[in-house]
Amino acid sequence: MKLAGMLLLLAGWGLVVSAVALFSRSGTRGWFVLAGLGVELLGLVLAFRGGANLPREAK
Amino acid sequence: VTYDLPLFVCTVLVAMVPLALAGLVVMNAGLGRTRSAAHSMLASMAAIAVAALAYCIVGFCWEGVSGGPVHTLTVAGRTWVWGGRAPFCLGGVWGGAPRVALQVLLQVFAVGIAALIPLSAGADRWRLSASCFSTALLAGWTYPLFAHWVWGGGWLAQLGSNYGLGRGFLDAGGASTVQVVGGLTALSIVWIIGPRRGKYAEGGIAPAIPGHNIVYVLFGAFLIVPGWIALNAAGAILFAGVAPAQTALIALNTLLCACSACLAALIITRIRFGKPDASLSANGWVSGLVASSAVCAFVSPWLAIGVGLIAGGLVTAAVELLELRLAVDDPGGAISVHAVAGIWGLLAVGFFVRGQLLAQVVGVATLLGVVLPMSYGLNWLLNRVSPQRTGREGERLGMDLHELGAGAYPEFVIHNDEFVDRY
Repeated sequence: MKLAGMLLLLAGWGLVVSAVALFSRSGTRGWFVLAGLGVELLGLVLAFRGGANLPREAK
Repeated sequence: VTYDLPLFVCTVLVAMVPLALAGLVVMNAGLGRTRSAAHSMLASMAAIAVAALAYCIVGFCWEGVSGGPVHTLTVAGRTWVWGGRAPFCLGGVWGGAPRVALQVLLQVFAVGIAALIPLSAGADRWRLSASCFSTALLAGWTYPLFAHWVWGGGWLAQLGSNYGLGRGFLDAGGASTVQVVGGLTALSIVWIIGPRRGKYAEGGIAPAIPGHNIVYVLFGAFLIVPGWIALNAAGAILFAGVAPAQTALIALNTLLCACSACLAALIITRIRFGKPDASLSANGWVSGLVASSAVCAFVSPWLAIGVGLIAGGLVTAAVELLELRLAVDDPGGAISVHAVAGIWGLLAVGFFVRGQLLAQVVGVATLLGVVLPMSYGLNWLLNRVSPQRTGREGERLGMDLHELGAGAYPEFVIHNDEFVDRY
């Protein structure tokens, strides 16, 4: 879960950077940047869910 | 003899920054437990020392200075600067321009602040040697790389000239380079070392483990202020190109942000819990300072008050969310104070400075998408080589006795551990 979260964080950043580099129209670029940020937030949620299992394991 | 007034002003400001370090160290110690107080202070001193050396030996060569030699990458016909290419061991600083030496000195203090943030989150269970190795990774690689992107003329700073995104990613006082980088490293550390024993016991109830000395916490919060004002002003002048004449406005914005954030936290905790919470209010105060690092040079005092109010509210919510819902045991609230408030400050620049929002969002996305995975990966590898968490006995005895052989308060008899039955 944690690894998947980290990969999604990286993928989201890749989307953001690609949007900045490839699109020149501000509207398209903005939506793709937001989409990348959304993917990152999904990754963050997954990473936190992976971390939330720790206490039970460490008990 | 001619005098360079801006350089003199900057020198005075940089010389005041260690007060921020001292304040954070005292706060961290106060927010931890009695049996780990000496360990907390020594670990802070060691972290600052390791960070300074690692940055000067290796880190500065990745960061370099704006306008210096760089590593580049060409993407879709445009040049992206991804790293500095200065010589190792501060080559070129000796005998060079005084301004460069001053920038290095400020960076040494700044990386020291970044190194103190994870210590707060790993309190009571993070081994001294492991914290030193982790700090070396932070100061030698993670911090300088990101700082180059923002302060060294890297690709985030060039978003404006390359792609027309406002003035590029803006961060005057180190909200991203120092605070969010430190906060995300703290999150990585907490994920790796896990919570303190007894924090999440059977039944899923997370008891509060209060800091051992709230006077230290509040005194530290006061002590931080002059250092933080100096950090924001010096950073804005040396890295963001703000005129030295703006120093008073930066100081005012910094202070107003801290005051409003503290009051917001105080009022919210009074409403939520029936009485104001001193430690959360102190954390609110620091969260205002953190948010001010991003906005201090770019907004009016009224907007600074608004940014502080939201930062204080966010911190109280984030502390509760992380501790109770997401099972992130962060004794000092470092992740909420430094990462959450820092990200808010950076986004606030986008909201309040015209044409700046997309550049700020790209910067925040880079922090979450690159710095967090990189910091987690590096510390995960370090943990495979040498476990970062102390053993069960270390937590039972306390880090002072276990790692240092003596307690911080030898004349006190420490007993009645509230969690001893759960071992």
